[in-house]
Order: sequence, then C-alpha cells, then structure tokens
Amino acid sequence: MTYDETTLAQLAEDAAAIIARYPVKRSALLPMLHLVQSVDGFVSPDGIQFCAEQLELTAAEVSAVATFYTQYKRRPNGEYQVGVCTNTLCAVMGGDRIWDELSEHVGVGHDETTEDGQITLERLECNAACDYAPVMMVNWEFFDNQTPESAKQVVDDLRAGKDVAPTRGPAKVCSFKQVSRVLAGFEDGRADEDQGAGAPTLAGLAAAKEQGWKEAAK
Amino acid sequence: MTDLVPVLSATWGAEQSWSLDTYTEAGGYAPLKKALGMEPGDLIQAVKDSGLRGRGGAGFPTGMKWGFLPPDDGGPRYLVVNADESEPGTCKDIPTMMSAPHALIEGVIITSYAIGCNHAFIYLRGEVVHVYRRLLQAVREAYEAGHLGKDIHGSGFDLDVTVHAGAGAYICGEETALLDSLEGRRGQPRLKPPFPAVAGLYARPTVVNNVESVASVPAIVDKGVEWFTAMGTERSKGMGLFSLSGHVTRPGQYEAPLGITLRELLELAGGIREGHELKFWTPGGSSTPIFTQDHLDTPLDYESVGAAGSMLGTRALQLFDDTTCVVRAVTRWTEFYKHESCGKCTPCREGTYWLTQILKRIEAGRGTEADIQQLLDTCDSIAGRSFCALGDGATSSIISSVKLFREEYEAHVEQGGCPFDHSASALFDYSDTPATEEAHA
Repeated sequence: MTYDETTLAQLAEDAAAIIARYPVKRSALLPMLHLVQSVDGFVSPDGIQFCAEQLELTAAEVSAVATFYTQYKRRPNGEYQVGVCTNTLCAVMGGDRIWDELSEHVGVGHDETTEDGQITLERLECNAACDYAPVMMVNWEFFDNQTPESAKQVVDDLRAGKDVAPTRGPAKVCSFKQVSRVLAGFEDGRADEDQGAGAPTLAGLAAAKEQGWKEAAK
Repeated sequence: MTDLVPVLSATWGAEQSWSLDTYTEAGGYAPLKKALGMEPGDLIQAVKDSGLRGRGGAGFPTGMKWGFLPPDDGGPRYLVVNADESEPGTCKDIPTMMSAPHALIEGVIITSYAIGCNHAFIYLRGEVVHVYRRLLQAVREAYEAGHLGKDIHGSGFDLDVTVHAGAGAYICGEETALLDSLEGRRGQPRLKPPFPAVAGLYARPTVVNNVESVASVPAIVDKGVEWFTAMGTERSKGMGLFSLSGHVTRPGQYEAPLGITLRELLELAGGIREGHELKFWTPGGSSTPIFTQDHLDTPLDYESVGAAGSMLGTRALQLFDDTTCVVRAVTRWTEFYKHESCGKCTPCREGTYWLTQILKRIEAGRGTEADIQQLLDTCDSIAGRSFCALGDGATSSIISSVKLFREEYEAHVEQGGCPFDHSASALFDYSDTPATEEAHA
C-alpha cells in the first residue's frame, strides 16, 4: 500500500469505528468501500488491500464484492457524479432528452468523466423519486423536475466552482469524496439543512386538508 | 369518495418535520412507552389481529412473519428493515424516512422488543445520501433521548440500531440478497427454505420488514387494532401510501385506506395531464402487470388487484397517457431487469438479455411478427425458474402489454419504426430529433 502514515492511521481509526457497528466483521465491507472512495475517489488497489487486511479477507474476495455494486467506481471518479434517470417513467417524461442534450453538452457518455475531472456522467436506474420526474442526481442529492436547460445549468455551475443546491436536500452538493464519507456512516452535520419537502411529497396532505382532514395530535 | 387518511404522512409538512422534537410534540414515542409496558407476545398478537400486511410488495402478514421466529434459544435474533426502495415507480419510503425518520425508528424499537431482538439494522439504498443523514441523526437523537441503548426507559430491554448504506443494486431489495449484502457479500438471493425467520442474518432467526410496515406499528399500538381494521377492505386492512407519478396533474404521495380506486386518486390529484387520456399504468411498480382505463374502478387492495390480473405491489402507480409508446416503456423496463439481474440463475441472467435484444429490435422497427411470439416464449422460459422474483417481474410488463396492446407491437413491425412522437410525452417542449438514442446508449 502506498498510503502515507497519517492517511493510513486515519483510515485504520475509521475502519475500527465501522467494524464496531457489526456483530460480524465482514459486514463492515460495504461501508469500508465507501470509506476508501472518500479517500481515493474510487475503489483503488490500495483500498482493496486495506479492506482485505482489516477484515481478514483476500483481495479477490474484496474485489468480487466491489465489482457487484454500481456505486463503487473502478477508475478515479469525477468530483461530481451526475446521473440522469433514464428508467421508463423518467425517460418518457423527458429523461431521454435530458440525457441526450446533457451528454452532448458535456462531451462524455455513460460512465465517462470529463477531462477536467469534474463530471462523471451516468444513465441512472430508478432513484425512488418518480413523483418528481424527470429526475437527476448529483452525488446522490435530488435534482427534481429537470429540463435539458436546468440540467445543463447545474453542470455548468458545478464546473465553474459555484455552490449548487439540490431541489431537495442540503444547502449545497458536496464533493464525491465528502459524500462517500457520509455513506461510510459518518455524519457531516448537514442533516438539518433543507430545501423544503417538495410539493409531491405534500400533495396528499394538501388534498386531505381540502377534504376537511385536520392535523390532530396523536 | 374515499377520504385520505394521513397517518405516516401527517407531520411531513411541519417545520423540521424530521427532528425528534417535532415528532415527540406530535405524540411520537408515547406508543413506545405503551409497548414497553406490554408483553411481547401480546404485541405480536395485536399486529396479527390488525391484519397489517407487508408494505414492501409481497403483502405477507407482518404479525405472522414475526410469529414464525423459533422459540428463544438464548442466541441473537435480528430485525432488518428493508429500506432499499428501488422498484421502478416506488417512491414512498424515501419521503417517509426523509420527512419523518423517527416513525421508522420508533417502529424498529417496538418491533425489536416484540420479537426479542437486541440489534436491529436498517439497510438503506446508498443512492440517497440526504436520507442517510436524516436516519443517522434520528438514531443518534433516539440514543440521546434514551429510546435506544441499555435498559430503555427502565424496561430492562436493550437495543442497538445500525443504519447501513448499500451501494447500488436493485436486487438487494430481495430479502435474502439484502441479508447477503449486509453480511458484506455480493447481493445474491439465497435458495429458500430456510427462510430468514429460521436462518437469516448470520444464519440466525431474522425478521425482514419493509420501512412502511415497520413505521405503521407505532400507530397501531397507539390507536389500537380496531382503529386500523376499520380502514381498508376485508382482507387488506389499514392505510397505505399510494405514489402517483407520470402524466398526472399533481403527482405525489397520497395516504389512503387500502381499497381506494385509481379513479378516486386521480380526482384528488387533478386528473391526467390536461388534454390527454390515461393509456396504461402499473398498480404496484414495474414488476406488476400493467392496467388500462378498464381498471380505473378496481379497488386497490391485494385481492382485487390480484383478481384483475396484476399485483398491488408497492402501490407505485406510474401513469402514462395516450402519447406514450408502450413498446418503448416495456423495452426500457426490460433493460432495467437485464442490468439488475444478479447473474446467479441462468434463466433470469440469459433470459433478460435476450428479451432486451428482441425488444430493442422491435422498437427500432427491425422486428418481425415472429419476434412477438418469441418474446412470449422467452418469458415462459424465465418465469418461475429462478431463486427470486426478479425474472418473474421482468416478464410481467411484457406479457401484459402484448396481451393488451399487441397491435402496437405489430405497428412497429409493419411500419418499420415507432409510430409515436416521443417529444409529445415529455413534460417540457422540444422537437424530436431522430436516432439520438442509439448514438448515446
């Protein structure tokens, strides 16, 4: 492994915290792979070796797991993972067109990264926000009700180094590495940041109120 | 007209709806204290009596699932919450956890107490980082308030909760694949039996329940079995979140008694988008056979939807209007199943590959009449021939759409292409330019 002493010490400390969450050590593997991505920006050979040593697995066993899951990247990832949902519902509502225009605008295709290392594009499968279709995800934050124009604007702003807020989620989109650390189970203090629940989330409540439903204490 | 019944969604509009304070002020964690004063066996019986059925799609009675655990042998037993919401069209658990994570946490504590579990897990899909933040915070708040940890509220009951993020794999929503994934392996389904109740997580007795099922438990404890059974239909009790998406005026989450109809829901949601008519829809996600206008009055409960030839699934109502090409929709779903097949069972792995080849050929206008029959034959070779239901789900939209819209498949063959203008289906204006899909796929 080529990690320097400080990095390795921090990794080992974090790994110990993750392993302590589970009755059986191996359960720590998925969060530890997120942890590796938070340091290296992808699942690096060093990261695989590190996980293997910590969990008493072979590097092959770790690789076999890492290659199964789409969130684990096998090449250095862009600072921002930009996914356009092209599963049926979003695709039909306009996701296909958003993908076409965005891909052309950025100049890369599925699972490819721009030369400046900023943007990795992805054709996403359903991200459980169908009531906000068409949906785009940037580093796993929700960008709801997109158009080709709004999607291109988001990407342009990210590349220009501006802070960009999702439509539901925290005050701004964090970097791929920062978000990977959260996915390893470490809080980043942003849970209370909010852009509002969103109209579709509250659509049923609004309709219920029109029917005369009153918010009653339990 | 059926009235909506916001229960889980009741507090979603509140300021900082996700915080412990908001949840507690609305009466939250009072059911926990009530539950801790009850015998675990009585809690299981109450949930059995309520008729609550799994809200994750299969509809198996929740209380019965709890009751399947073998007698205590002194070793650990686990509750694992399936929060891997990934079925296309399904978008109910994410807003639940984002807006009111404590409803789930409280449900986890009560359920764990009932089944004798001291370490529960919430397996959240990894692609929703803000939901993970909210869950991590909610668990921390619950520890700080003494709802979790050792000797909870003096009851002698101990519970730890770990919130675990997945890493992108639809198959992990299948309960045994989820368990393998939680054990740090590739998420591939196990052969059943043994069922998780006997040999689940770490080969120990395990209950795997969906988010909405678990989050419904505090309300049942609080308001009582009779309150719950007064809602719904004879064998489909209680309320559930109905998720409307697609060509509808006001898409979103509508919490209603089971048995409400799409016609009623559409009235509440402002109808199909202006100037158009409903063409086809899924009652419970992309793995459920599609419906048409003929099913507007089908009661959305387990039995009625089943009798009409589909499944209630996750109540993910994806609505498509008359501009939508059914072949395009079905092809895209099939590509999804191909992508998400874990590869363990040959019929699913190979079958979804070939279905995709044939469908893409038909959609592009290069198919033949024989291809349509070949689709159905291939579906026959997949359904019921694998460990889990992913392959079965892949065939649902194909078989049902060929049955209902065979002439549309034939039109693609006869005209040598898609007869629809895809831009007419989009929710924004653009002029359709041909053949871009191929270039970027």
